[in-house]
Amino acid sequence: MNDLIRGKAYVLGDHVDTDQIIPAQHLVYSLTDPEERKLYGTYALSSVPPEGAGLPDGHVPFVAEGEHRSEYTVIVGGGNFGCGSSREHAPFALREAGIEAVVAESYARIFYRNSVDGGFLAPFETPETLNDKVRTGDEVELDTKAGTLTNVTTGESWALQPLGDVAGILEAGGVFEYARQQGLIPA
Amino acid sequence: MTITEAILANHAGRDRVSPGETVWIDVDTLMTHDVCGPPTIEIFKREFGEDAKVWDKEGLAIIPDHYIFTSDQHAHRNIQILRAFAAEHDLPYYYDVGGDDYKGVCHMALAEEGFNRPGTTLFGTDSHTCTSGAFGLFSTGIGNTDAALIMGTGKIWVKVPETMRFVFEGELPPYLMAKDLILAVIGDIGTDGATYRAMEFDGEAVYDLSVEERMTLCNMAIEAGGKNGIIQPDAKTMDYTRARTDRDFTPVYTSPDARFHSERVYDVSQLEPVVAKPHAPDNKAPVSEVAGTKLDRAYIGSCTGGKIEDFVAAAKILKGQEVTIDTYVVPATTDVRKALWTEKVDGETLADIFENAGAKIGLSSCAACLGGPPDTFGRTHGTEVVISTTNRNYPGRMGSKQSAVYLASALTTAASALSGVITDPRDVLVA
Repeated sequence: MNDLIRGKAYVLGDHVDTDQIIPAQHLVYSLTDPEERKLYGTYALSSVPPEGAGLPDGHVPFVAEGEHRSEYTVIVGGGNFGCGSSREHAPFALREAGIEAVVAESYARIFYRNSVDGGFLAPFETPETLNDKVRTGDEVELDTKAGTLTNVTTGESWALQPLGDVAGILEAGGVFEYARQQGLIPA
Repeated sequence: MTITEAILANHAGRDRVSPGETVWIDVDTLMTHDVCGPPTIEIFKREFGEDAKVWDKEGLAIIPDHYIFTSDQHAHRNIQILRAFAAEHDLPYYYDVGGDDYKGVCHMALAEEGFNRPGTTLFGTDSHTCTSGAFGLFSTGIGNTDAALIMGTGKIWVKVPETMRFVFEGELPPYLMAKDLILAVIGDIGTDGATYRAMEFDGEAVYDLSVEERMTLCNMAIEAGGKNGIIQPDAKTMDYTRARTDRDFTPVYTSPDARFHSERVYDVSQLEPVVAKPHAPDNKAPVSEVAGTKLDRAYIGSCTGGKIEDFVAAAKILKGQEVTIDTYVVPATTDVRKALWTEKVDGETLADIFENAGAKIGLSSCAACLGGPPDTFGRTHGTEVVISTTNRNYPGRMGSKQSAVYLASALTTAASALSGVITDPRDVLVA
């Protein structure tokens, strides 16, 4: 997890589920084969209903046609982000597309945990609704140490919830590194 | 302590734990399947080394079930990875496809094979792993990284959840099933109404249910965001479990001083058949309100709706009748499938009833519950409107993003298959 994460925001609504993040038919590619893993980026967020995609403007594709990397770095979501399946492919796919952090009002906990334990992305929670205050394409800066999100485009800034217990796992880079640091498994 | 807290305390080597605490616990059973097994194995080998051994061969169940009967080459590769790993580690509980060992849907298979032992901990790389909690154990879904950590160490960190208690009182009317109860709960509290909490089901109507029907309640705890669903073990639980395993286990129970986050009480005699409308499991409506909605397809199957009781319920309605829309019957496990040819309703086997009614009987697997490769049995490809006994109806879940799925009990689904429109089972059930 970088101390400062800066880039374009992609904005989504409430209850974005794991089938929308990476549909079941795409769970069959290797996560280690360099060419196949790109496909997780290609199909990331490919099943979000068009009316929800890239709120509040809608219809903005997350990954451009023919690409496997998104132009966005931070997702700003609503409530219950990542609900549904336990598939770790979901945070993996977002990371593969270039997402470093999600800022949402709340998370489904398996998605939250997978994001942290796999070291894929930082799942920050916000005490207020931000997906109506940030527009897709706005430049944002996330200070992960201070716990603030700034919309560089508009100049507004918000305090995020502290990461709490999972901060140590994210700082270590995932649960394996954390377990080694804690002496729970041999280094 | 609640039963959930008591199990976690036992497995953390502690006298007590409290909600909000993070503890490392011992895992009794790890389950993985063909979708998440291969990446779990990749991570296990990356982190522990190519020659690493699993922490406990007896504790690992590998149950392929998701993309089984397909020509998809990537899906076949996943099976080959599982097969090679099971052979390399001489795993006793690998249920390979294509032979006598094959079981079908993992959550039902865990029950049938005696892995659901009261008082134990069970983790699985599938969000519906909470199904096993019907046997009074702590079970929850995890990702590949957590599964790989368990595979190597037998340990995992858990934040102790608060417990929400749901009490079902009264006698269940013949037109209701466990699916109606859980759809009612999810509709009331929402898909995030139990986020990071245990959902404990209690009350005489729960203990009147068979253990299989109780699994339907716990199966859908995740659809309310719950960490686990759980029911205290009773004589039915113990009989079912002891008939399927010789392994030791110690049942534990919610103590009188247990503290709950909240409690909801339902009088089941006052409930109606319900559906979850597209496109979320909490989009609840009484069947009477949406009755007449035109359908293209009916689907009876999955870990939550493909059990023998679901098929008996459906057969009671379909006997001597013909369906008017495409109707798919997908038994969860090979045991359930075999039972279609032995279980009878009024002297006729379930298989004969379904075939005479014009339904298509599939092979045991997850099939179209979650879409999957294009050639998956029962998968949607267009704008089909489906009524289904499955557990999730998010956009594109059964395949096509343009199709719409209503979730319902097997009774409601079968009644609707006859008429081609959503139909209240009370309208067709013979008293």
